[in-house]
Amino acid sequence: MTTHHKVAVIRREHFNAAHRLHNPNWDDATNQKVFGKCNNPHFHGHNYELEVKVTGEIDARTGYVMDMKILSDIIQEQVIERFDHRNLNLDTEEFKNLNPTAENIVVVIYQLLRPHINSSCELHIRLYETPRNFVEFPA
Amino acid sequence: MVYLTRKEHFNAAHKLYNPAWDKQKNEEVFGKCANENWHGHNFELYVTVKGKPDPETGFIFDVKKLSKIIQEHIIEKVDHKNLNLDVDFMRGKMCSTENLALGIWNELIPHLPAGVKLHSIKLYETPRIYVEYFGED
Repeated sequence: MTTHHKVAVIRREHFNAAHRLHNPNWDDATNQKVFGKCNNPHFHGHNYELEVKVTGEIDARTGYVMDMKILSDIIQEQVIERFDHRNLNLDTEEFKNLNPTAENIVVVIYQLLRPHINSSCELHIRLYETPRNFVEFPA
Repeated sequence: MVYLTRKEHFNAAHKLYNPAWDKQKNEEVFGKCANENWHGHNFELYVTVKGKPDPETGFIFDVKKLSKIIQEHIIEKVDHKNLNLDVDFMRGKMCSTENLALGIWNELIPHLPAGVKLHSIKLYETPRIYVEYFGED
């Protein structure tokens, strides 16, 4: 173990939330045309699955890239407690003025987590909105 | 007897909230599921029918027709909807997964042709939580 190995550690979490896709600058017809059934004024919802990947060199003292328990606690505090069983449009500061598409959610999650991850490590987020639709950031 | 299953999925918002109780009691019983502004799920629905394969077709029931019945009578009513506010067959009921499975059963029964027996509704609310309903004996 004399060489510096770069390894990715990945923690998977999940949260359930309601949302709707809506651009307040457009009229109802345009919103309906662009966002279709995702524009339903009474909202709909998803089971979001989140994969947080931290890439860095193994610390020779601990054998860790990052303590997974600490990573889990950070995700809980920064992401899950904020978004789980919430309405993303109505209950969160982050999406009061930002359309809660999967794309915007993944960038917000990255920004929430980045300050809490060692700056020498890379951070990559994958977010599943459904088992068949997922997004990644950075791309 | 052979069992035939069609799997479908839909996404919806809901909340667990009993209007006969105050907010505090609802939060005690339903926890974060009582959030007044809703939350949501990707539901996975398994509809199972049973019967003997027809000697001419080999089918219990044409699964394409089964899919169409589920689409028309269930998915179009619940997908990308608010289960508490938008779904006629859940009106006045608690929007638990148990009641939703029961409601789906009752909605489907009248649309299945004679000779095709509904065996079960299996409904996943999350990958780790599901309910099953087999009708009343």
